Amino acid sequence: MNFPLSIESINLTKRFGDFTAVDSISFQVKKGEIFGFLGANGAGKTTAMRMLSGLSKPTSGSAVVAGYNLEFQSEKIKQNIGYMSQKFSLYEDLKVKENIRFYGGIYGLTDQQIKEKSEFMLHQLNLGGSANTMVRSLPLGWRQKLAFSVAMLHDPSVIFLDEPTGGVDPVTRREFWQLIYSAADRGTTVFVTTHYMDEAEYCDRVSIMVDGRIEALDTPVNLVNTYKVKTMADVFVKLARKATRGE
Amino acid sequence: MHKSPIVVDGISKSYPVGKEKVNAVTNISFIVNPGEIFGLIGPDGAGKTSLFRILTTLLIPDNGNAYVEGFNTVNDYHEIRKIVGYMPGRFSLYQDLSVEENLSFFATLFNTSLEENYDLVKDIYNQIEPFKKRRAGKLSGGMKQKLALCCALIHRPHVLFLDEPTTGVDAVSRTEFWTLLRKLQDQSITMMVSTPYMDEASLCDRVALIQNGNILDIDTPKEITNKFENPLWAFRSDQMYKLLLDLQQMDNVIACYPFGQHHHVVLHQDQDVPEILDQLKAKGQTNLKAEPGIVTIEDCFMQQMRK
Repeated sequence: MNFPLSIESINLTKRFGDFTAVDSISFQVKKGEIFGFLGANGAGKTTAMRMLSGLSKPTSGSAVVAGYNLEFQSEKIKQNIGYMSQKFSLYEDLKVKENIRFYGGIYGLTDQQIKEKSEFMLHQLNLGGSANTMVRSLPLGWRQKLAFSVAMLHDPSVIFLDEPTGGVDPVTRREFWQLIYSAADRGTTVFVTTHYMDEAEYCDRVSIMVDGRIEALDTPVNLVNTYKVKTMADVFVKLARKATRGE
Repeated sequence: MHKSPIVVDGISKSYPVGKEKVNAVTNISFIVNPGEIFGLIGPDGAGKTSLFRILTTLLIPDNGNAYVEGFNTVNDYHEIRKIVGYMPGRFSLYQDLSVEENLSFFATLFNTSLEENYDLVKDIYNQIEPFKKRRAGKLSGGMKQKLALCCALIHRPHVLFLDEPTTGVDAVSRTEFWTLLRKLQDQSITMMVSTPYMDEASLCDRVALIQNGNILDIDTPKEITNKFENPLWAFRSDQMYKLLLDLQQMDNVIACYPFGQHHHVVLHQDQDVPEILDQLKAKGQTNLKAEPGIVTIEDCFMQQMRK
Protein backbone atom coordinates (compact mmCIF):
# COMPACT_ATOMS: atom_id res chain seq x y z
CA MET A 1 0.00 0.00 0.00
CA ASN A 2 1.42 3.38 -0.98
CA PHE A 3 -0.56 5.39 1.53
CA PRO A 4 -0.89 4.44 5.17
CA LEU A 5 -4.51 4.22 6.23
CA SER A 6 -5.95 6.45 8.94
CA ILE A 7 -9.35 4.84 9.09
CA GLU A 8 -10.35 1.38 7.99
CA SER A 9 -13.92 0.33 8.63
CA ILE A 10 -14.93 -3.27 7.95
CA ASN A 11 -18.64 -4.11 8.01
CA LEU A 12 -19.19 -1.72 10.90
CA THR A 13 -22.75 -2.14 12.15
CA LYS A 14 -24.87 -0.63 14.92
CA ARG A 15 -28.32 -1.87 15.86
CA PHE A 16 -30.69 -0.35 18.38
CA GLY A 17 -33.23 -3.10 19.05
CA ASP A 18 -34.52 -4.14 15.65
CA PHE A 19 -33.45 -0.86 14.06
CA THR A 20 -30.17 -0.99 12.12
CA ALA A 21 -28.79 2.54 12.33
CA VAL A 22 -25.53 1.70 10.58
CA ASP A 23 -25.66 -1.26 8.25
CA SER A 24 -22.31 -2.92 7.58
CA ILE A 25 -20.30 0.01 6.27
CA SER A 26 -16.81 -0.59 4.90
CA PHE A 27 -14.41 2.07 3.69
CA GLN A 28 -10.86 3.31 4.00
CA VAL A 29 -9.51 6.80 4.55
CA LYS A 30 -5.91 7.56 3.68
CA LYS A 31 -3.55 9.64 5.79
CA GLY A 32 -3.82 13.33 4.98
CA GLU A 33 -7.06 12.87 3.10
CA ILE A 34 -10.09 15.16 3.44
CA PHE A 35 -12.97 12.71 3.58
CA GLY A 36 -16.52 14.06 3.30
CA PHE A 37 -19.07 11.94 5.11
CA LEU A 38 -22.47 12.90 3.73
CA GLY A 39 -25.99 11.66 4.18
CA ALA A 40 -29.52 12.86 4.74
CA ASN A 41 -30.80 13.52 8.28
CA GLY A 42 -31.23 10.15 9.92
CA ALA A 43 -29.02 8.24 7.47
CA GLY A 44 -26.74 7.11 10.31
CA LYS A 45 -23.82 9.54 10.05
CA THR A 46 -23.73 10.56 13.69
CA THR A 47 -23.96 6.95 14.89
CA ALA A 48 -21.13 5.95 12.56
CA MET A 49 -19.03 8.89 13.73
CA ARG A 50 -19.64 8.03 17.39
CA MET A 51 -18.43 4.49 16.75
CA LEU A 52 -15.34 5.60 14.84
CA SER A 53 -14.38 8.01 17.60
CA GLY A 54 -14.66 5.31 20.26
CA LEU A 55 -17.77 6.70 21.96
CA SER A 56 -20.17 3.94 20.98
CA LYS A 57 -19.52 0.20 20.68
CA PRO A 58 -20.37 -1.39 17.35
CA THR A 59 -22.87 -4.26 17.34
CA SER A 60 -20.67 -6.04 14.83
CA GLY A 61 -17.87 -5.36 12.42
CA SER A 62 -14.55 -3.72 13.19
CA ALA A 63 -12.49 -0.66 12.52
CA VAL A 64 -8.96 0.62 12.88
CA VAL A 65 -8.69 4.34 13.57
CA ALA A 66 -5.37 6.19 13.83
CA GLY A 67 -3.62 2.81 14.02
CA TYR A 68 -5.69 1.47 16.92
CA ASN A 69 -8.31 -1.22 17.00
CA LEU A 70 -11.77 0.01 17.87
CA GLU A 71 -12.65 -3.09 19.83
CA PHE A 72 -9.66 -3.26 22.15
CA GLN A 73 -8.07 0.19 22.09
CA SER A 74 -10.88 2.74 22.09
CA GLU A 75 -9.13 4.81 24.80
CA LYS A 76 -6.02 5.00 22.61
CA ILE A 77 -8.20 6.15 19.75
CA LYS A 78 -9.68 8.96 21.84
CA GLN A 79 -6.17 10.21 22.65
CA ASN A 80 -5.16 10.26 19.02
CA ILE A 81 -8.13 11.93 17.42
CA GLY A 82 -9.61 15.40 17.57
CA TYR A 83 -13.34 16.11 17.53
CA MET A 84 -15.37 19.23 17.04
CA SER A 85 -19.01 19.82 16.28
CA GLN A 86 -21.20 22.80 15.62
CA LYS A 87 -23.13 22.19 18.80
CA PHE A 88 -20.49 21.63 21.41
CA SER A 89 -16.95 22.73 21.22
CA LEU A 90 -15.76 25.33 23.72
CA TYR A 91 -16.78 26.50 27.17
CA GLU A 92 -18.56 29.80 26.64
CA ASP A 93 -17.97 31.14 30.13
CA LEU A 94 -14.24 30.55 30.02
CA LYS A 95 -11.81 32.95 28.39
CA VAL A 96 -10.12 32.05 25.12
CA LYS A 97 -6.82 31.23 26.82
CA GLU A 98 -8.60 29.32 29.59
CA ASN A 99 -10.24 27.08 27.02
CA ILE A 100 -6.86 26.38 25.45
CA ARG A 101 -5.37 25.72 28.88
CA PHE A 102 -8.27 23.40 29.78
CA TYR A 103 -8.11 21.27 26.65
CA GLY A 104 -4.31 21.24 26.75
CA GLY A 105 -4.56 19.82 30.27
CA ILE A 106 -7.07 17.17 29.22
CA TYR A 107 -4.77 15.98 26.46
CA GLY A 108 -1.80 15.87 28.83
CA LEU A 109 0.26 18.67 27.33
CA THR A 110 2.96 20.22 29.52
CA ASP A 111 2.67 23.86 30.64
CA GLN A 112 5.48 24.75 28.27
CA GLN A 113 3.71 23.03 25.35
CA ILE A 114 0.44 24.75 26.18
CA LYS A 115 2.19 28.13 26.28
CA GLU A 116 3.86 27.60 22.92
CA LYS A 117 0.73 26.19 21.29
CA SER A 118 -1.41 29.04 22.62
CA GLU A 119 0.88 31.69 21.18
CA PHE A 120 1.10 29.96 17.82
CA MET A 121 -2.65 29.40 17.64
CA LEU A 122 -3.68 32.90 18.66
CA HIS A 123 -1.25 34.30 16.13
CA GLN A 124 -2.45 32.00 13.34
CA LEU A 125 -6.07 32.89 14.01
CA ASN A 126 -5.36 36.59 14.46
CA LEU A 127 -6.86 36.32 17.92
CA GLY A 128 -3.84 37.73 19.76
CA GLY A 129 -5.82 40.62 21.20
CA SER A 130 -8.65 38.38 22.40
CA ALA A 131 -6.81 35.93 24.69
CA ASN A 132 -8.73 37.29 27.69
CA THR A 133 -12.09 37.53 25.95
CA MET A 134 -14.90 35.26 27.08
CA VAL A 135 -15.63 32.75 24.33
CA ARG A 136 -19.28 33.75 24.64
CA SER A 137 -18.44 37.24 23.31
CA LEU A 138 -16.58 36.00 20.23
CA PRO A 139 -18.38 36.07 16.90
CA LEU A 140 -19.55 32.59 15.88
CA GLY A 141 -17.08 32.30 13.02
CA TRP A 142 -14.09 33.03 15.26
CA ARG A 143 -15.42 30.64 17.84
CA GLN A 144 -15.59 27.85 15.27
CA LYS A 145 -12.06 28.52 14.02
CA LEU A 146 -10.83 28.54 17.62
CA ALA A 147 -12.72 25.30 18.34
CA PHE A 148 -11.03 23.68 15.37
CA SER A 149 -7.59 24.74 16.52
CA VAL A 150 -8.31 23.58 20.06
CA ALA A 151 -9.40 20.19 18.72
CA MET A 152 -6.01 20.07 16.94
CA LEU A 153 -4.07 21.07 20.07
CA HIS A 154 -2.64 17.60 20.72
CA ASP A 155 -1.65 17.07 17.06
CA PRO A 156 -4.16 14.27 16.48
CA SER A 157 -3.60 12.14 13.41
CA VAL A 158 -7.32 12.18 12.59
CA ILE A 159 -9.82 14.99 13.19
CA PHE A 160 -13.59 14.45 13.14
CA LEU A 161 -15.64 17.52 12.23
CA ASP A 162 -19.40 17.29 12.62
CA GLU A 163 -21.05 20.10 10.65
CA PRO A 164 -18.33 22.52 11.68
CA THR A 165 -19.49 25.45 9.54
CA GLY A 166 -23.26 25.51 10.21
CA GLY A 167 -24.59 29.08 10.28
CA VAL A 168 -21.17 30.63 9.73
CA ASP A 169 -20.86 33.59 7.31
CA PRO A 170 -19.51 32.80 3.84
CA VAL A 171 -16.14 34.48 4.28
CA THR A 172 -15.42 32.77 7.60
CA ARG A 173 -16.66 29.48 6.13
CA ARG A 174 -13.91 29.76 3.50
CA GLU A 175 -11.34 30.68 6.13
CA PHE A 176 -12.41 27.61 8.05
CA TRP A 177 -11.90 25.43 5.01
CA GLN A 178 -8.48 26.95 4.53
CA LEU A 179 -7.64 25.73 8.06
CA ILE A 180 -8.85 22.27 7.00
CA TYR A 181 -6.76 22.31 3.83
CA SER A 182 -3.73 23.43 5.75
CA ALA A 183 -4.16 20.70 8.38
CA ALA A 184 -4.55 18.05 5.68
CA ASP A 185 -1.49 19.43 3.91
CA ARG A 186 0.49 18.82 7.12
CA GLY A 187 -0.68 15.19 7.14
CA THR A 188 -3.75 15.31 9.40
CA THR A 189 -6.63 13.19 8.18
CA VAL A 190 -9.91 15.11 8.09
CA PHE A 191 -13.26 13.36 8.42
CA VAL A 192 -16.02 15.92 7.93
CA THR A 193 -19.82 16.11 7.66
CA THR A 194 -21.68 19.07 6.19
CA HIS A 195 -25.02 20.19 4.82
CA TYR A 196 -23.35 22.69 2.50
CA MET A 197 -23.04 20.88 -0.80
CA ASP A 198 -20.35 23.22 -2.12
CA GLU A 199 -18.19 21.97 0.75
CA ALA A 200 -18.62 18.41 -0.48
CA GLU A 201 -16.72 19.53 -3.58
CA TYR A 202 -13.75 20.58 -1.42
CA CYS A 203 -13.19 17.04 -0.17
CA ASP A 204 -10.71 14.61 -1.73
CA ARG A 205 -13.29 11.84 -1.53
CA VAL A 206 -16.88 11.74 -0.43
CA SER A 207 -19.17 8.99 0.81
CA ILE A 208 -22.95 9.30 0.80
CA MET A 209 -24.98 7.33 3.34
CA VAL A 210 -28.56 6.33 2.64
CA ASP A 211 -30.59 4.38 5.22
CA GLY A 212 -27.53 3.23 7.14
CA ARG A 213 -25.51 2.04 4.14
CA ILE A 214 -22.82 3.73 2.09
CA GLU A 215 -24.51 4.16 -1.24
CA ALA A 216 -21.66 5.89 -3.07
CA LEU A 217 -17.99 6.62 -2.42
CA ASP A 218 -15.58 8.36 -4.77
CA THR A 219 -13.93 11.66 -5.62
CA PRO A 220 -16.44 14.46 -6.25
CA VAL A 221 -15.42 14.59 -9.92
CA ASN A 222 -16.00 10.86 -10.41
CA LEU A 223 -19.34 10.95 -8.59
CA VAL A 224 -20.58 13.80 -10.73
CA ASN A 225 -19.52 11.86 -13.85
CA THR A 226 -20.96 8.54 -12.66
CA TYR A 227 -24.37 10.01 -11.95
CA LYS A 228 -24.23 12.19 -15.07
CA VAL A 229 -25.08 15.41 -13.20
CA LYS A 230 -23.42 18.80 -12.75
CA THR A 231 -22.67 19.16 -9.06
CA MET A 232 -22.35 17.24 -5.81
CA ALA A 233 -25.67 18.75 -4.76
CA ASP A 234 -27.31 16.91 -7.68
CA VAL A 235 -25.55 13.66 -6.76
CA PHE A 236 -26.71 14.02 -3.17
CA VAL A 237 -30.32 14.71 -4.04
CA LYS A 238 -30.38 11.85 -6.52
CA LEU A 239 -29.11 9.35 -3.93
CA ALA A 240 -30.80 10.68 -0.80
CA ARG A 241 -34.21 10.68 -2.47
CA LYS A 242 -34.01 6.90 -2.43
CA ALA A 243 -34.11 6.93 1.37
CA THR A 244 -37.12 5.21 2.82
CA ARG A 245 -36.62 5.85 6.50
CA GLY A 246 -36.84 9.05 8.54
CA GLU A 247 -34.66 10.21 11.42
CA MET B 1 -51.77 53.49 7.48
CA HIS B 2 -49.22 51.53 5.50
CA LYS B 3 -50.54 49.28 2.78
CA SER B 4 -47.52 47.02 2.62
CA PRO B 5 -47.83 43.79 4.61
CA ILE B 6 -44.54 44.50 6.38
CA VAL B 7 -42.93 47.87 7.01
CA VAL B 8 -39.74 48.18 9.03
CA ASP B 9 -38.79 51.77 9.70
CA GLY B 10 -35.50 52.56 11.39
CA ILE B 11 -35.55 49.65 13.81
CA SER B 12 -32.71 49.22 16.32
CA LYS B 13 -32.36 46.71 19.13
CA SER B 14 -29.50 46.00 21.49
CA TYR B 15 -28.98 43.42 24.22
CA PRO B 16 -26.72 43.53 27.25
CA VAL B 17 -23.92 40.96 27.07
CA GLY B 18 -22.07 41.04 30.38
CA LYS B 19 -21.30 44.71 30.99
CA GLU B 20 -21.43 45.61 27.32
CA LYS B 21 -24.25 46.38 24.97
CA VAL B 22 -24.37 44.49 21.70
CA ASN B 23 -26.40 45.83 18.80
CA ALA B 24 -28.50 43.06 17.28
CA VAL B 25 -29.99 45.29 14.59
CA THR B 26 -28.96 48.85 13.79
CA ASN B 27 -31.34 51.30 12.12
CA ILE B 28 -32.85 48.83 9.68
CA SER B 29 -35.58 49.79 7.21
CA PHE B 30 -37.34 47.82 4.47
CA ILE B 31 -40.76 47.12 3.01
CA VAL B 32 -42.21 43.77 1.94
CA ASN B 33 -44.73 43.82 -0.91
CA PRO B 34 -48.04 41.89 -0.92
CA GLY B 35 -47.66 38.22 -1.86
CA GLU B 36 -43.89 38.35 -1.87
CA ILE B 37 -41.45 35.76 -0.56
CA PHE B 38 -38.96 38.06 1.10
CA GLY B 39 -35.68 36.48 2.19
CA LEU B 40 -33.45 37.56 5.05
CA ILE B 41 -30.10 36.10 4.12
CA GLY B 42 -27.27 36.14 6.61
CA PRO B 43 -25.15 34.13 9.03
CA ASP B 44 -25.91 33.39 12.70
CA GLY B 45 -25.79 36.55 14.76
CA ALA B 46 -26.73 38.81 11.84
CA GLY B 47 -29.90 39.99 13.61
CA LYS B 48 -32.44 37.91 11.70
CA THR B 49 -34.21 36.44 14.72
CA SER B 50 -34.44 39.82 16.47
CA LEU B 51 -36.27 41.20 13.44
CA PHE B 52 -38.67 38.26 13.46
CA ARG B 53 -39.36 38.69 17.14
CA ILE B 54 -40.01 42.41 16.73
CA LEU B 55 -42.36 41.86 13.79
CA THR B 56 -44.28 39.11 15.58
CA THR B 57 -44.72 41.46 18.60
CA LEU B 58 -42.59 39.34 20.93
CA LEU B 59 -39.85 41.94 21.32
CA ILE B 60 -40.01 45.72 21.63
CA PRO B 61 -37.45 47.66 19.57
CA ASP B 62 -35.24 50.31 21.23
CA ASN B 63 -35.89 52.68 18.34
CA GLY B 64 -37.98 52.86 15.21
CA ASN B 65 -41.37 51.48 14.23
CA ALA B 66 -42.56 48.34 12.54
CA TYR B 67 -45.95 47.60 11.00
CA VAL B 68 -47.65 44.43 9.86
CA GLU B 69 -50.60 45.10 7.56
CA GLY B 70 -50.64 48.64 8.90
CA PHE B 71 -50.72 47.63 12.56
CA ASN B 72 -47.98 48.92 14.82
CA THR B 73 -46.05 46.07 16.42
CA VAL B 74 -46.02 47.78 19.84
CA ASN B 75 -49.46 49.39 20.08
CA ASP B 76 -51.55 46.99 18.01
CA TYR B 77 -49.87 43.72 18.97
CA HIS B 78 -53.25 42.14 19.64
CA GLU B 79 -54.37 42.64 16.04
CA ILE B 80 -51.10 41.45 14.61
CA ARG B 81 -51.16 38.18 16.53
CA LYS B 82 -54.43 37.27 14.83
CA ILE B 83 -53.15 37.72 11.31
CA VAL B 84 -49.62 36.38 11.38
CA GLY B 85 -48.21 32.88 11.45
CA TYR B 86 -44.78 32.36 13.01
CA MET B 87 -42.46 29.40 12.72
CA PRO B 88 -39.57 30.08 15.09
CA GLY B 89 -36.08 28.76 14.42
CA ARG B 90 -36.18 26.43 17.37
CA PHE B 91 -38.81 23.68 17.13
CA SER B 92 -41.53 24.92 19.45
CA LEU B 93 -44.43 22.53 19.18
CA TYR B 94 -45.51 20.27 22.00
CA GLN B 95 -43.19 17.27 21.77
CA ASP B 96 -45.48 15.16 23.97
CA LEU B 97 -48.57 15.77 21.87
CA SER B 98 -49.21 13.81 18.71
CA VAL B 99 -49.24 15.38 15.28
CA GLU B 100 -53.03 15.73 15.22
CA GLU B 101 -53.16 16.94 18.82
CA ASN B 102 -50.70 19.71 18.04
CA LEU B 103 -52.74 20.73 15.03
CA SER B 104 -56.05 20.77 16.87
CA PHE B 105 -54.47 22.64 19.80
CA PHE B 106 -53.23 25.47 17.58
CA ALA B 107 -56.49 25.49 15.63
CA THR B 108 -58.48 25.84 18.86
CA LEU B 109 -56.35 28.80 19.98
CA PHE B 110 -57.55 30.63 16.88
CA ASN B 111 -61.15 29.42 17.09
CA THR B 112 -60.82 27.35 13.97
CA SER B 113 -60.25 23.74 12.93
CA LEU B 114 -58.14 21.73 10.54
CA GLU B 115 -61.24 21.03 8.44
CA GLU B 116 -62.04 24.72 8.03
CA ASN B 117 -58.71 25.54 6.41
CA TYR B 118 -58.02 22.16 4.91
CA ASP B 119 -57.55 23.47 1.35
CA LEU B 120 -54.72 25.69 2.56
CA VAL B 121 -52.69 23.03 4.36
CA LYS B 122 -53.67 19.87 2.49
CA ASP B 123 -50.44 19.59 0.45
CA ILE B 124 -48.38 19.74 3.60
CA TYR B 125 -50.79 17.79 5.77
CA ASN B 126 -50.90 14.94 3.26
CA GLN B 127 -47.19 14.38 3.85
CA ILE B 128 -47.49 14.18 7.64
CA GLU B 129 -50.88 12.47 7.83
CA PRO B 130 -49.39 8.95 7.88
CA PHE B 131 -47.77 9.93 11.21
CA LYS B 132 -50.74 11.72 12.73
CA LYS B 133 -50.78 9.49 15.84
CA ARG B 134 -47.05 9.88 16.40
CA ARG B 135 -45.75 12.25 19.06
CA ALA B 136 -44.18 15.37 17.59
CA GLY B 137 -40.94 14.71 19.47
CA LYS B 138 -40.54 11.40 17.63
CA LEU B 139 -40.76 12.86 14.13
CA SER B 140 -37.78 13.25 11.79
CA GLY B 141 -36.35 16.73 11.22
CA GLY B 142 -38.07 17.15 7.88
CA MET B 143 -41.42 16.01 9.27
CA LYS B 144 -41.15 18.28 12.33
CA GLN B 145 -40.57 21.16 9.99
CA LYS B 146 -43.67 20.32 7.95
CA LEU B 147 -45.81 19.96 11.06
CA ALA B 148 -44.55 23.33 12.35
CA LEU B 149 -45.45 24.91 9.02
CA CYS B 150 -48.89 23.33 9.16
CA CYS B 151 -49.46 24.69 12.69
CA ALA B 152 -48.29 28.16 11.65
CA LEU B 153 -50.83 28.12 8.80
CA ILE B 154 -53.80 26.65 10.63
CA HIS B 155 -55.56 30.03 11.15
CA ARG B 156 -55.01 31.15 7.55
CA PRO B 157 -52.59 34.00 8.38
CA HIS B 158 -52.08 36.92 5.98
CA VAL B 159 -48.39 37.11 6.72
CA LEU B 160 -46.16 34.15 7.48
CA PHE B 161 -42.84 34.50 9.32
CA LEU B 162 -40.41 31.61 8.91
CA ASP B 163 -37.18 31.87 10.88
CA GLU B 164 -34.55 29.54 9.43
CA PRO B 165 -36.99 26.77 8.55
CA THR B 166 -34.30 24.82 6.65
CA THR B 167 -31.32 25.10 8.99
CA GLY B 168 -29.68 21.76 9.72
CA VAL B 169 -32.02 20.07 7.29
CA ASP B 170 -30.52 18.01 4.48
CA ALA B 171 -30.52 19.15 0.86
CA VAL B 172 -33.44 16.93 -0.15
CA SER B 173 -35.82 18.11 2.59
CA ARG B 174 -34.75 21.69 1.91
CA THR B 175 -35.78 21.42 -1.73
CA GLU B 176 -39.14 19.91 -0.77
CA PHE B 177 -39.78 22.66 1.77
CA TRP B 178 -39.19 25.41 -0.77
CA THR B 179 -41.60 23.74 -3.17
CA LEU B 180 -44.24 23.95 -0.43
CA LEU B 181 -43.55 27.65 0.14
CA ARG B 182 -43.91 28.37 -3.56
CA LYS B 183 -47.31 26.69 -3.53
CA LEU B 184 -48.41 28.79 -0.57
CA GLN B 185 -47.61 31.88 -2.56
CA ASP B 186 -50.51 31.01 -4.84
CA GLN B 187 -52.78 31.52 -1.81
CA SER B 188 -51.59 35.16 -1.67
CA ILE B 189 -49.82 34.78 1.65
CA THR B 190 -46.90 37.14 2.16
CA MET B 191 -43.84 35.39 3.52
CA MET B 192 -40.70 36.56 5.26
CA VAL B 193 -38.18 33.75 5.50
CA SER B 194 -34.62 33.71 6.80
CA THR B 195 -31.83 31.34 5.89
CA PRO B 196 -28.09 31.01 6.33
CA TYR B 197 -27.92 29.05 3.06
CA MET B 198 -27.04 31.55 0.35
CA ASP B 199 -28.18 29.20 -2.42
CA GLU B 200 -31.75 29.53 -1.15
CA ALA B 201 -31.72 33.27 -1.85
CA SER B 202 -32.47 32.66 -5.51
CA LEU B 203 -35.78 31.05 -4.46
CA CYS B 204 -37.04 34.35 -2.98
CA ASP B 205 -38.65 37.21 -4.89
CA ARG B 206 -36.52 39.77 -3.10
CA VAL B 207 -33.85 39.40 -0.47
CA ALA B 208 -32.10 41.48 2.15
CA LEU B 209 -28.49 40.50 2.76
CA ILE B 210 -27.87 41.05 6.45
CA GLN B 211 -24.69 40.96 8.53
CA ASN B 212 -23.89 42.26 12.03
CA GLY B 213 -27.27 43.95 12.34
CA ASN B 214 -26.90 45.91 9.11
CA ILE B 215 -28.46 45.42 5.72
CA LEU B 216 -25.80 45.08 3.05
CA ASP B 217 -28.20 45.15 0.11
CA ILE B 218 -31.87 44.68 -0.73
CA ASP B 219 -33.03 43.69 -4.20
CA THR B 220 -34.21 40.83 -6.37
CA PRO B 221 -31.66 38.00 -6.43
CA LYS B 222 -31.08 38.67 -10.12
CA GLU B 223 -30.40 42.37 -9.63
CA ILE B 224 -28.03 41.67 -6.76
CA THR B 225 -25.90 39.37 -8.89
CA ASN B 226 -26.11 41.77 -11.86
CA LYS B 227 -24.65 44.50 -9.68
CA PHE B 228 -21.45 42.53 -8.99
CA GLU B 229 -18.75 45.06 -9.75
CA ASN B 230 -15.65 43.10 -10.78
CA PRO B 231 -14.81 40.37 -13.25
CA LEU B 232 -15.28 36.96 -11.63
CA TRP B 233 -13.38 33.93 -12.88
CA ALA B 234 -13.49 30.27 -11.96
CA PHE B 235 -10.11 28.52 -11.78
CA ARG B 236 -9.20 24.92 -11.26
CA SER B 237 -6.13 22.70 -11.48
CA ASP B 238 -4.73 19.40 -10.24
CA GLN B 239 -3.63 20.92 -6.94
CA MET B 240 -6.53 22.94 -5.62
CA TYR B 241 -5.06 23.93 -2.24
CA LYS B 242 -1.80 25.14 -3.76
CA LEU B 243 -3.79 26.95 -6.43
CA LEU B 244 -5.73 28.75 -3.72
CA LEU B 245 -2.58 29.86 -1.92
CA ASP B 246 -0.87 30.89 -5.18
CA LEU B 247 -3.84 32.95 -6.35
CA GLN B 248 -4.30 34.63 -2.98
CA GLN B 249 -0.72 35.91 -3.16
CA MET B 250 -1.11 37.62 -6.54
CA ASP B 251 -1.28 41.40 -6.74
CA ASN B 252 -3.96 41.61 -9.43
CA VAL B 253 -6.26 39.27 -7.50
CA ILE B 254 -8.74 41.07 -5.22
CA ALA B 255 -10.05 37.90 -3.62
CA CYS B 256 -9.82 34.17 -4.16
CA TYR B 257 -11.87 31.58 -2.31
CA PRO B 258 -13.00 27.98 -2.84
CA PHE B 259 -16.34 27.77 -4.57
CA GLY B 260 -17.69 24.31 -5.33
CA GLN B 261 -15.58 22.62 -7.98
CA HIS B 262 -13.60 25.81 -8.65
CA HIS B 263 -11.89 28.65 -6.91
CA HIS B 264 -13.66 31.92 -7.55
CA VAL B 265 -11.25 34.71 -8.34
CA VAL B 266 -12.27 38.37 -8.21
CA LEU B 267 -10.10 40.50 -10.50
CA HIS B 268 -9.58 44.15 -11.34
CA GLN B 269 -9.99 43.46 -15.05
CA ASP B 270 -10.42 40.51 -17.42
CA GLN B 271 -7.16 41.29 -19.17
CA ASP B 272 -5.28 40.01 -16.17
CA VAL B 273 -6.28 36.38 -16.79
CA PRO B 274 -3.61 35.33 -19.36
CA GLU B 275 -0.89 36.86 -17.21
CA ILE B 276 -2.19 35.08 -14.11
CA LEU B 277 -2.28 31.77 -15.98
CA ASP B 278 1.36 32.25 -17.03
CA GLN B 279 2.39 33.00 -13.49
CA LEU B 280 0.56 29.93 -12.19
CA LYS B 281 2.18 27.69 -14.80
CA ALA B 282 5.57 29.04 -13.76
CA LYS B 283 4.70 28.00 -10.19
CA GLY B 284 4.22 24.43 -11.42
CA GLN B 285 0.42 24.27 -11.71
CA THR B 286 -0.79 21.59 -14.09
CA ASN B 287 -4.10 20.98 -15.85
CA LEU B 288 -4.94 24.61 -15.25
CA LYS B 289 -8.33 25.86 -16.40
CA ALA B 290 -9.93 29.29 -16.14
CA GLU B 291 -13.38 30.29 -17.29
CA PRO B 292 -15.71 33.21 -16.54
CA GLY B 293 -17.43 32.42 -13.24
CA ILE B 294 -21.15 32.57 -12.58
CA VAL B 295 -21.85 35.22 -9.96
CA THR B 296 -24.02 33.95 -7.10
CA ILE B 297 -25.59 35.68 -4.10
CA GLU B 298 -22.78 34.28 -2.00
CA ASP B 299 -20.16 36.04 -4.14
CA CYS B 300 -22.12 39.27 -3.71
CA PHE B 301 -22.43 38.76 0.03
CA MET B 302 -18.70 38.29 0.32
CA GLN B 303 -18.03 41.35 -1.83
CA GLN B 304 -20.24 43.41 0.48
CA MET B 305 -18.39 42.00 3.50
CA ARG B 306 -15.05 43.11 2.04
CA LYS B 307 -16.24 46.73 1.88
